[in-house]
This record gives sequence, structure tokens and C-alpha cells, in this order.
Amino acid sequence: MPKTDFPFDFDALTDHRKRTKRELINDGSKRLKKKIAVLGGSTTNDLIKTLEIFLLAEGIEPEFYESEYNRFWQDAMFENAELKEFSPDIIYIHTSYRNIASFVPEVSDSAETVEQKINERYSYYEKMWQKLASDYACPIIQNNFELPPYRLFGNRDCYDIHGSVNFISELNRRFSEYARNNQGFYIADLNYVASCFGLDKWFDNQAWYMYKYACSLDAIPSVAYNLSHIIKSLFGKNKKVLALDLDNTLWGGVVGDDGVEGIEIGEETATSECYKAFQEYVKKQKSIGIMLTVASKNDHENAIAGLNHPEGVLRPDDFIVIKANWETKDRNLVATANEMDLGVDSFVFADDNPTERALVERSIKGIAVPIMDSPADYIRTIDRNGYFEVTNFSTDDLKRNDMYKANVMRSERSTEFADYTEYLLSLDMKGEIKPFSPVYIQRITQLTNKSNQFNLTTKRYTQPEIEAVANDEKHITLYGKLSDMFGDNGVVSVVIGEIKDSVCDIDLWLMSCRVLKKNMEYAMLDTLVSECKKRNIDTIIGHYYPTAKNGMVKNLFADFGFEKIKEETDGTTEWKLSISGYENKNNVIKVNTEE
Amino acid sequence: MADKIIERLNEVFQNVFDDEDITVDRDTTADDIEDWDSLEHIRLIAAVEREFGVKFTMKEVSSMKNVGEMIDIIAERG
Repeated sequence: MPKTDFPFDFDALTDHRKRTKRELINDGSKRLKKKIAVLGGSTTNDLIKTLEIFLLAEGIEPEFYESEYNRFWQDAMFENAELKEFSPDIIYIHTSYRNIASFVPEVSDSAETVEQKINERYSYYEKMWQKLASDYACPIIQNNFELPPYRLFGNRDCYDIHGSVNFISELNRRFSEYARNNQGFYIADLNYVASCFGLDKWFDNQAWYMYKYACSLDAIPSVAYNLSHIIKSLFGKNKKVLALDLDNTLWGGVVGDDGVEGIEIGEETATSECYKAFQEYVKKQKSIGIMLTVASKNDHENAIAGLNHPEGVLRPDDFIVIKANWETKDRNLVATANEMDLGVDSFVFADDNPTERALVERSIKGIAVPIMDSPADYIRTIDRNGYFEVTNFSTDDLKRNDMYKANVMRSERSTEFADYTEYLLSLDMKGEIKPFSPVYIQRITQLTNKSNQFNLTTKRYTQPEIEAVANDEKHITLYGKLSDMFGDNGVVSVVIGEIKDSVCDIDLWLMSCRVLKKNMEYAMLDTLVSECKKRNIDTIIGHYYPTAKNGMVKNLFADFGFEKIKEETDGTTEWKLSISGYENKNNVIKVNTEE
Repeated sequence: MADKIIERLNEVFQNVFDDEDITVDRDTTADDIEDWDSLEHIRLIAAVEREFGVKFTMKEVSSMKNVGEMIDIIAERG
């Protein structure tokens, strides 16, 4: 397989790009098909082709709409039958310094004129975003601006009101403010990408004058890769777990041989500082909801002792699962994923040992295995690969580690009870099952895009689509929250049904695997039935569309008491339930009791 | 020298156009290779520059008429 992550393999991404694409397409992966409109302020041909490689590698098969050269604004603002017909899932606006170079204030401009020029340029973009949002109701990704290739005022350029650095910084500030205040709008931070790349390498003036490329050809992989992170994140392809080796990954040395006092971590040496900085970085990942696990060849007690090193930052209870044993790492990772009810392809495996990395990469499809050769560069390698790109951030993300921890406690408690129903009753579960409401829209959208296992139709929705069904009388929508004595799981289940006369046809039924076997699915069904009865609906139709991951719900409708009415050769099934005489199935969760 | 260059160039062409059947000679032009349009030309130039560690001037890029002229420029720089 061609290498398509950071640090870049320019051969695969540029000179051998056609072959790389062919190999990716023929690798047998199942991919999400998504339509991406690229509205360019410069030539976008190469950017699109490179982006395509990165998205294919992330499990997304893109189809592109490409504006004519520098027609981004016209394409957005005027009647555009072709783009309407294309019906994009995402719109990306690829503008850059080149699009604002001629609008930098004149040296003779008064303060008022400068202010007016900034306002004019900002509103030129803002109007376009608003028009696109209302015409296409899909996520919009907008570049901000990289710093200029030269500074008329030298250092003063960054604060003089006539300076181009000042002008760009001011526009970028306003772009960011718009992103903060508008959901479904994302900034591709071109300014940061260009800085990383280096402005002198970034600006290839010859490529600009000849081909109207906003940046050099060599910079395009960096730009496309950064953009691909936002797109794959929006379509639920982020990684969720960082699985870490210990010896020479989280500290220098081998704790089993060197002893706790012999490993390098802290402030004593350059090497120990590297490892401490990396532990701090990993701890910050945890704070934004990335789940940590350990996969180490060690005796368990040595591993724990290493993690309790007085100078260390990470502690044993920062990890959801610690596998420190002598089993092979690929098996340990699969076992960890099973314990957490997650796909092992949502893992990033960080290990300094190339042999372990090669083994894991070879035996686990879809796992990310960054090259961790130099401890000083661990952070950069993980950071630039954008595994955990944060596009939407909910309070659930902050609590995720606690929730998974609570799950481990729940399963420990379950062994104390002989009868499972008794155990469920002892959890004192409370459910809230109601029609979609605005505060949960973001979380609901997130769930529709990342739930794979307990998901009957695997239908993905964008936020505007969720808002549309929530406000449509022809749909029944339900979200389910579940809490118990160990904590609040937040929104964990989503159901969408379309009303067709006296029939409710289920478009979406999903549940987070963190609440499996709690009878939450029964509580959802009970509420759906009662909502149907309110609307004089007498029949519910359900569908099961098989995917590589949703085998666990193959017989869910049978379990619910539906009757199978159709079965296709690919395993797709259709089910029917007459709801007269339906009896509630849930008797362990108290639903909607708090008002 | 020129033989060696054409061998290496051939490989660059094969990679850029993902076609192992391509054989270029001094007289090959964009008309001879199906996918060789103006956008692929940019890609090709970049790949040749990377392979030989040279940088073509704007004038050279726009005036090159066939593979032979490309070889001459590379030979002159090398």
C-alpha cells in the first residue's frame, strides 16, 4: 500500500499519483461516497487530485465539482444550475493571500478608510457564506489567509494600519469570529499550514505567474492533507483511541531492566524532557476526549510502577485499559477494542519499535501507526496526522473518559448479581426520550456519523439535514439519554421515522455501544410506539441494511417482535410491526420521570 | 549521457501518466500522449525537476516543444 500520511511520500502523492489512486480504489475497501464542491480563487486541479488520495485513504470516495479558475464568488452568488444539480455534501472555498493582495490599504488611507476597506473585504466573504448556507444547507470549509510574501513596512507591517500583515491578521480574526458563531462553518487554517511549510518555500512565484497556483506544488500535499482532516472528521472518520507503548515511548529506557528509578522522564536530561513533554501532550489529548490505552510488553506491576514515576504526568487511571503482558501487540489491541466496544480501526498505535509497528500495521486493517523514531518529534508526528481533528466539540467529549471508566465499573458490579434484571434494576437507570431539541442537534448529528455497529440503516446526516427532519411534521424523531448511579451517558440513541399515512417507516435507528444490554432499545421502541399511537399510526416498518460492522443488530427487529416481510440476496431485510395490542418491553429504565 | 537521461525521463513519464507502455524519444510531443494536457504538463515538469534536481525557467517551460528540447536543457544543467 502506498504511504499516505505524514511525513509525506512525495512520490506516492505527486509523481506516482495515478498509480496510488488506482491501488487505493482497488484495495477492496468499502467507502462513503461524498460530493465535494471546490470553489477556487486560484488553480485547484492539483489540490483536488491530492485531496482525493487522502480521502480515499480515509475511507471516503469523493466526487468533485470544481469551479472555473477564480470563479468562487460568482459560483456562489449567482444562479448556478450545475452546482444545484451536483448537490454538494461539503463546500470548500480555496482562497488565499493571492485573492486579497490587491485590497491591502494604501499608505495614504485614513484610519476610517482602512476600517472601511477591511469591512468591505470581510463582508464580501460573509455574504457568500450566508448565500451558500441558505442555498445548499451543507457544511462550508473556508481557508483563512496566509501571511504575505513581503512586508512593505518591515516589522511595522504587523501593527501599522496600512500594513499587509495587519490587514490579513484582522481579516483572519473576523473569519474566526464567524466560525465561532456559526455552526456548520469551518476554517481550514491555511495560515498555520503555510507557517509550518515556511513562507519562502510556500510562495513559488513562478508557479503563480505561470499556472496560477496559490502556493508551490510541493506545498499542495500539506494543504490537501490539512483539509482532508476536516472533511474526514465531519464524516465520522476520526480516530478515538490513542494506544501507547511504554518503554521508550512514554519514557526513556526499559522499566523492567532499568527499574523505576532508572527510566528517563522529568527535567533531568534532554531525553527525559522529551518524554515528559510527550506525556503532557498525551494528557491534553485525554482532556479533549481522546481515550488512552496501553499496549506494552512488560510485567503488569512494572508497567504500573513506571506510570507512577514521581516525575511522570500520566497515571495508571488516565488509561481505560492497560494491557501490559507478553501477548503479541496486535492481539492485545484487538482485545482492548473488544473490551471498549469499539472498532480497532478507530485506534492510533504509538510505539517506538519498528518491528511492533510493522506487525500491527500488517495484521490490523485501518489502524493508524505513525512513525515514532525520534522522541523529540513524537508530538509533531501525531499532531500533523490530524487523527483527532476537532470539528465539533460537545460536553460529551469532555466526559468520554469518565463514561468509559464507569462502564468498566458497571461490568465489575454485574458479576455480583445472579439475576441480570436484578442487576439492571440496581443501576437505578433514568432515561429521557423525546423529540429532537436544538441543544442536542450537534450530538445527534455526531452520532449519526460515527455509529457503525448498533445502526440498522447506517444513514449519515449533516447538521442541516437533522434540523430539517426535526422541524418536519412528516417525521417522528427521538433522542434517548440514559443515566444511572455511576453517571450520565448523555445522548446515546437516535431514531428517525418517516410518516406515510398510517405507517411509520424507520429511516434511522442507532444506539451507542456504551449502553448495550441495558434495555435502552426497548425503552426507545416503547416511546416510538406511543408517539405513533398519538398520530393514529398502526404499522411500523423497519429496515436492516447489512454493513461490515452492523452484524449485531441483524435480528433486532425479530427480537422486537416484528415480522419479516422481505429478504434480499445481499442480506437486506424489511420488517413490519402492527402496534395494536403492543405491550411495553422496558421495565428497568424510568423514562421521562423528571417533570 | 543523453541515453541515460532519456531512460530516466521515460520512467518519469510512465509514473506521471501511470502507463508502463510509454516510450518517449526526442520527437515525442504532447500530441503523442493521450493524457498530456496543460494541467498534466505542470505535474510532468515538477516530476522532471525533482528527478534531475533542476529548475526550468518560465521561458523554458513555455517554449519547450518536444522531449528533445527537454533533454538538451537537462544535459546543459547537469
